[in-house]
Amino acid sequence: MTTLADAGLFTYVLGLADDALVSAQRMGWWISRAPQLEEDVALANIGLDQLGQARTLLAYAGQVEGAGRSEDDLAYLRDEREFRNVWLVERAQTDFGVAMARLLVFSAWQRELYAALASSSDATLAGVAGKAVKEVAYHLDHASHWVVRLGDGTEESHARMQAALDAEWPYVAELFEPVDAALVAEGVAVDPVALKPAVLTVVEEVVAEATLTVPQVAPAVGGGRRGLHTEEMGYLLAEMQHLARSHPGAAW
Amino acid sequence: MREWPLWEVFVRSRRGLSHVHVGSLHAPDAEMALRNARDLYTRRQEGVSLWVVPAAEIVASTPDQGAAFFDPADDKVYRHPTFYDVPEGVEHL
Amino acid sequence: MYGNDFGARAETSSDEPRSFLDLLAGDDRVEPRDEMPDAYRRTLVRQIAQHAHSEIIGMQPEGNWISRAPSLRRKAILMAKVQDEAGHGLYLYAAAETLGVDRADLLDQLHNGRQKYSSIFNYPTLTWADVGAIGWLVDGAAIVNQVPLCRCSYGPYARAMVRVCKEESFHQRQGFEILHTLSHGTPAQRAMAQDAVDRYWWPSLMMFGPPDDDSPNSAQSMAWGIKRFSNDDLRQRFVDMTVPQAEALGLTLPDPEIRWNEERGHYDFGEVDFTELFEVIQGNGPCNAQRMSHRVRAHEDGAWVREAASAYAQKQAEKQLARTEGAA
Repeated sequence: MTTLADAGLFTYVLGLADDALVSAQRMGWWISRAPQLEEDVALANIGLDQLGQARTLLAYAGQVEGAGRSEDDLAYLRDEREFRNVWLVERAQTDFGVAMARLLVFSAWQRELYAALASSSDATLAGVAGKAVKEVAYHLDHASHWVVRLGDGTEESHARMQAALDAEWPYVAELFEPVDAALVAEGVAVDPVALKPAVLTVVEEVVAEATLTVPQVAPAVGGGRRGLHTEEMGYLLAEMQHLARSHPGAAW
Repeated sequence: MREWPLWEVFVRSRRGLSHVHVGSLHAPDAEMALRNARDLYTRRQEGVSLWVVPAAEIVASTPDQGAAFFDPADDKVYRHPTFYDVPEGVEHL
Repeated sequence: MYGNDFGARAETSSDEPRSFLDLLAGDDRVEPRDEMPDAYRRTLVRQIAQHAHSEIIGMQPEGNWISRAPSLRRKAILMAKVQDEAGHGLYLYAAAETLGVDRADLLDQLHNGRQKYSSIFNYPTLTWADVGAIGWLVDGAAIVNQVPLCRCSYGPYARAMVRVCKEESFHQRQGFEILHTLSHGTPAQRAMAQDAVDRYWWPSLMMFGPPDDDSPNSAQSMAWGIKRFSNDDLRQRFVDMTVPQAEALGLTLPDPEIRWNEERGHYDFGEVDFTELFEVIQGNGPCNAQRMSHRVRAHEDGAWVREAASAYAQKQAEKQLARTEGAA
């Protein structure tokens, strides 16, 4: 039987899992399309880390729910409204500047989150976070290096990197939306609000070193944590889920 | 600049061993070269430490020098322990 | 192709330095700074570049299924595999660069069509089972071609191939596993697997190149220790290896002439229709234009990024210089 507390934990874990899964799905697009062959390899590594995090978290979410759903059931058979990822990660990212701006913000946030979650009272979450924090630290390092090089590179790259940052910035606020207060109080979940200063400090230092400016833009409405997504999410899921859903019950 | 410079990559596969040349890659600067080397040459836990060196900075002997450089060592067998006779039964030597 | 050089004019050499001939005679390795005939160098550059290009273009047909892989485990495996192909391309470009060419030039020659890549990648991946068929058949054929290259006379190429072959071993297995799962799955999955094998079997046999009596470069390449076995020998080895595996999969190969020949100790098989191969090499395969435009677009879209990184590096170097001078 799923208790109310379990339902809260299920939703919380799904949020973390879906952020990672949808990021990995977008990152996969880059393999064979990166600006340099070395970068194809680097982005594939990052995507694989994210996918690995997603799989562990989805498996755990299924366990918490207690209805026998596997990682694949949750990834492939949920409808759009049941996905709990933020808008930041779900939109297409076919410009390298956008990809790096997003990875900078996302990995800076994930690093603070996982660092705090490593001491969660939930042993499984603490374990996942302890491993993932090292991975996302590398993602942050990679994104930072690129944002600095693009921001402080050529005139063209400076303009494009600033435009990319401007495009991503409205979606930053949603990362800090409060989660289930009871879970935070029990020491299970991390309060995203508390992560905000540290995350912004990290990002702003990189932005300054890149000779860019922190965008002054209004936050997007958001709603991913409640299952309300952008139009792009439907296409992402259609592509990701189509084959698995075309063969109900099949093993792969 | 047409192409990023070439870097030679050396990997220490585990503690106690030297860094060994594994190949090369292209990167715009040393920091990126190190990161690219990590992603390219240690994806399967092949290393615990990396060196990257600009290929242009490597000074190498030429095959012409080969004879003069390396042949003189040929006849100095006394540098190798197997040169010496040890009486039967003597251990730890 | 894929480590098998054909379609270009044969290189021969009359002027071969003594030191080079001694190395070959002693089955020793030729290293970058050794004296070597120009024709040997050119042949190696062309073959290694073609091999590297094949790895890079080969990312596309399988990359086509990363976003649609039917389970997260399969998605992870496929991402790691396509990533390996980028890595293999890089190892090979690095080997080619020891011969005094620049990767940027080799890529230009790929992009303007002057250098080729393996024709197998001009076939489309229409279903998920094609990912399995590529792993099992295409990587299987590549391995048969590549294992002898680990003993190639040119040191850097041989070393790159050792690394590639080591990593390649999981590629073929994952392909076999995909097909095994499908052939033991639902009727629709089974049909998908058979269809993929039907489409990829003959193109895989073509990967070994034209028959020996129509392979202008083979004799010289064998004399130089670049090539160790003839095209037909390698093709036979692949067929002998694959037929029992097909039986284990419960799938049929689309060649009614396949049967064990007790006398030869090998499987007989039907004649490969090389007119199709030459059509595909000429650029008339199903995906030639698509593969090239994907690759060229990635390269062009990335130009601003590569330039920015170079500009940044230069600025940093200038700043460093100014600091050093200031301190002096």
